[in-house]
Amino acid sequence: MSAIMDTAQIDTTSAQDYALETRDLGKSFAGFYAVKGVNLQVRRGSVHALIGPNGAGKTTCFNLLTKTLSPTTGKVFLEGRDITRLRTAQVAKLGLVRSFQISATFPHLTCLENVRVALQSDYGKSFRFWSPISAVSELNARAVELLERVGLANALDLTAAELSYGKKRALEIATTLALDPKVLLLDEPTAGMGHEDIEPITKMISEVSDGRTILIVEHNLSVVATLCERITVLQHGEVLTEGTYDEVANDPDVITAYMGGVDEL
Amino acid sequence: MNRLLLIGLLLIVAIAAPFFVYPVLLMTVLCFVIFASSFNLLLGYAGLLCFGHAMFFGTAAYITGYVLKTTPISIEIAILGGALFSAAIGYGVALVSVRRSGIQFAMITLAISQFIYFVLLQSEFTGGEDGMQRIPRNDLFGVIDVADNNAYYYVVLAFAVAAVALVYRIVHSPYGEVLKAIRDNEPRVESLGFRPERYKVLAITLSAGLAGLGGALKATVFQFATLTDVSWTVSGEVILMTLMGGLGTLVGPMVGAGLVIWMNDELSQFGEWSLIAQGAILLLVIIFFRRGVVGEVQNLVRLVRSR
Repeated sequence: MSAIMDTAQIDTTSAQDYALETRDLGKSFAGFYAVKGVNLQVRRGSVHALIGPNGAGKTTCFNLLTKTLSPTTGKVFLEGRDITRLRTAQVAKLGLVRSFQISATFPHLTCLENVRVALQSDYGKSFRFWSPISAVSELNARAVELLERVGLANALDLTAAELSYGKKRALEIATTLALDPKVLLLDEPTAGMGHEDIEPITKMISEVSDGRTILIVEHNLSVVATLCERITVLQHGEVLTEGTYDEVANDPDVITAYMGGVDEL
Repeated sequence: MNRLLLIGLLLIVAIAAPFFVYPVLLMTVLCFVIFASSFNLLLGYAGLLCFGHAMFFGTAAYITGYVLKTTPISIEIAILGGALFSAAIGYGVALVSVRRSGIQFAMITLAISQFIYFVLLQSEFTGGEDGMQRIPRNDLFGVIDVADNNAYYYVVLAFAVAAVALVYRIVHSPYGEVLKAIRDNEPRVESLGFRPERYKVLAITLSAGLAGLGGALKATVFQFATLTDVSWTVSGEVILMTLMGGLGTLVGPMVGAGLVIWMNDELSQFGEWSLIAQGAILLLVIIFFRRGVVGEVQNLVRLVRSR
């Protein structure tokens, strides 16, 4: 019954309601489908979570959305536009930007430079090897503003390598925000973090979600509960169920799938 | 301010040097300073290990030599022509190799450089095994006679200063910032909407052109061009210079070039043993001075300051 309704929804709902959408998305590695027949719809302006037990295909799914992997079957749509065959750099220009599970900063650049690199992406001077760096100093104010927003105002001239783990994540978010993305894909934003870091990062994500669509892959279910309006649960590479946190948390299938994770839920 | 003073002092030393040291030795050092700086631009700032950098160095030497031997074109244009030719080769090499990284990139560049070595060996205009002899030093700007080594030293010095200044400008440009970001984390740069290959192609082209400038100058200094300049041993030597001096620092390759040439000079009396000594020294540098001479000094200064 629910399968029929899902199909009907795809046909009738205008693609414009979804910032990000996949149809029958699948990826096989040497015949084994890590992700299979996934129809994911992320509403514009919502914070959507992708969860599931280990090996459920979350990361593969994520990599398909960010174009790190190319799908075996199905299509990916950004704002109704088919982006299945586009490259990472091209989807970034269209406003779909990802973060990385391992902290993705430029360790030898200062915080200011880290963010300025991202701002250079649309500035059109990034091939000027003959210009002094002051040619892009116009970008500094915006870079400082972004760093202030994530609490790094007093670390402008520190190299990224000198930052603590939590601050590296904050720097990464500032760098990502520099592109002013319409859709933000966050890969386990709190992975490997201590309790003291999780709360500020969660708050930061909630702040930046204003006016944006965010899809999060996350293990920490309390973070998911705080942030996300809708949750899709994956298991064995397929969508197990989708709904609000309460709906999903009380779904007997989800509880069975997680087993050991029952307490956490 | 301090830095300007230091640069001024260095320039005075460089200008006065030929009165105290044999100018040909100084000019050799300057040619290799340019060569090592070009290599450093690629490995230190773009993270690309080119194992055949001598192909750019040696080919430009032949091209410049050939132009000077067969035409009356003034010397500075012949030198720039050689450098441009190498930049063009660099562009071609980049298109073939840029999608690879690490050891694969190193191997592809090594293979192409060996190919170029044999092309030059077989070509008639290079003189094959004998090398290209008696390359004339045509007048500078068509009017100034530079046959004298003391006079020519200043031409080479001017080229070297310009080349190092260019490397400095590239490293501290908007482009340089993106290049360093690619070195640090290429997938991340791509996710920010850049096409990293394009930046790397430009880096390889620029580096090849600068390496060519060093080679072209060397051909005019010694007034002959040989296969040695294209051989893998020279490719290895430039790696040694850069690592010894300090990778990713602007001064490092200059110090490294000076050190290695001085070392070769001193060790040459021991014949074959000089290679073994060179290997041992490289080993020591890698084990104990991982940052190279200049890198270690900078690190010391930083430690003292932060106290």
